[in-house]
Amino acid sequence: MFANFDFDVIIRTAPFLFMEGMTFTLNLTVLAALGGIVIGTLLALMRLSGFAPLSMLAAGYTNLFRSLPLLLVIFWFYFLVPWIAMWVTGAERPKPVGAFMSALITFTLFEAAYFAEIMRAGIQSVTRGQIAAGYALGLNYWQVMGHVVLPQAFRNMTPVLLTQTIVLFQDTSLVYVLSLTDFLGAASKIAQRDFRLVEMYLFAAVIYFAISFALSSLVRRLQARISIVR
Amino acid sequence: MNYRWKWDIFFQPSPEGHGTYLDMLIVGLGWTIVTALLAWAIALVLGVVIGVLRTLPYKTADRIGFAYVELFRNIPLLVQIFLWYFVLPEVVPAEWGRWLKQIPNSPFWTTAIGIGFYMSSRVAEQVRAGVGSLPRGQRMAGLAIGLTLPQCYRHVILPMAMRIMMPSLTSDFLNTIKNTSIGLTIGLIELTSRARAVQEFTFQVFEAFTVATLMYLVLNMVVVFAMRWLERKIAVPGYVTGSR
Repeated sequence: MFANFDFDVIIRTAPFLFMEGMTFTLNLTVLAALGGIVIGTLLALMRLSGFAPLSMLAAGYTNLFRSLPLLLVIFWFYFLVPWIAMWVTGAERPKPVGAFMSALITFTLFEAAYFAEIMRAGIQSVTRGQIAAGYALGLNYWQVMGHVVLPQAFRNMTPVLLTQTIVLFQDTSLVYVLSLTDFLGAASKIAQRDFRLVEMYLFAAVIYFAISFALSSLVRRLQARISIVR
Repeated sequence: MNYRWKWDIFFQPSPEGHGTYLDMLIVGLGWTIVTALLAWAIALVLGVVIGVLRTLPYKTADRIGFAYVELFRNIPLLVQIFLWYFVLPEVVPAEWGRWLKQIPNSPFWTTAIGIGFYMSSRVAEQVRAGVGSLPRGQRMAGLAIGLTLPQCYRHVILPMAMRIMMPSLTSDFLNTIKNTSIGLTIGLIELTSRARAVQEFTFQVFEAFTVATLMYLVLNMVVVFAMRWLERKIAVPGYVTGSR
């Protein structure tokens, strides 16, 4: 089975795979996760605000994105972002934005819908008495949220937020359809150039597996620690 | 410069020779549904088997189940599809490889099998959680009245666990449907790829994507309502499960 296996192609192209591809993948993952958590938290606050228009808007946003395949959303934004950029900057015609920027906007807005649901559960996991106590002390809404509710919500939800980030890390491989050079894109370009599909795709699978498995093992340990504390 | 909307393109004949552009999307929706159903069937069967393995009182079974789940959960679905489609025919004996390569409709079979295995690891985790959430007394009671362990699973544990799992199974089924769009990377003519094709033929990007989006939303709603109906239909009277 491995008689024709060319280990050398992996060693030869490793600098390209990691310096170009993996850097892209990790940048996209980390930035989209941070942006997604910020927007997701705002969406969760809107959803739980008790002000009907805001909560309906947030519910509509999360339900819409959660019902669509990520690939369709990637295509949507790939064509939509230049038009939005034109509208924002007042340019004459659709304004091309960089491929990385387009992917980053897509993943941030898409993942925000999933992070919003996680943060909603996190906020609801803080007992009502604490919110009432915060208001009784004379704190306003933002103080109660910022000092009492959100710190605990983040703490309770850390394992789930990290798990979703691992999902996001795997999902970034879908930028393949835009011919971007993420880790899988880099592996795929070499696979097709050197006719080494078996080597490159197996290697990509091993690397993705190693990173995801290491992270999810970490999450399991974290979860065990948190669940003892509570 | 403003975008020119042309909604009437959907009633114009497509360059594929038969039917309109709307028909193209409808055929795509059909392939999305068929692929999702086959993938879901595979995911359910494998997922229940592996999930049960993880709850058995044997260490080896638990380890096998754990390895399976971690393997299929920690590799991106797109990479798994590539492994099934490009790598598998090359690493099996040459004769099998030739047979694999000339199967008709292979993008369809590959996507369904790939997503089936991928989702089975998620179903297995739900089964494990569902079985774990049952009161220990049910298993003990089953064994105490003389059922063998397989009978206990068949008649006591799984029927109850599956009911508890219904809401999370619904969302896994929805994920299966959404994941079928990944088949477009190996040439499956499902809904997202058809929307892309309409866009490439007509240059009307947003019409094509809007209609595809609406089709996905309707499909989602149909599944959600059907699963709610099923949940009520099979509910055990007096036993409250997680759903509303």
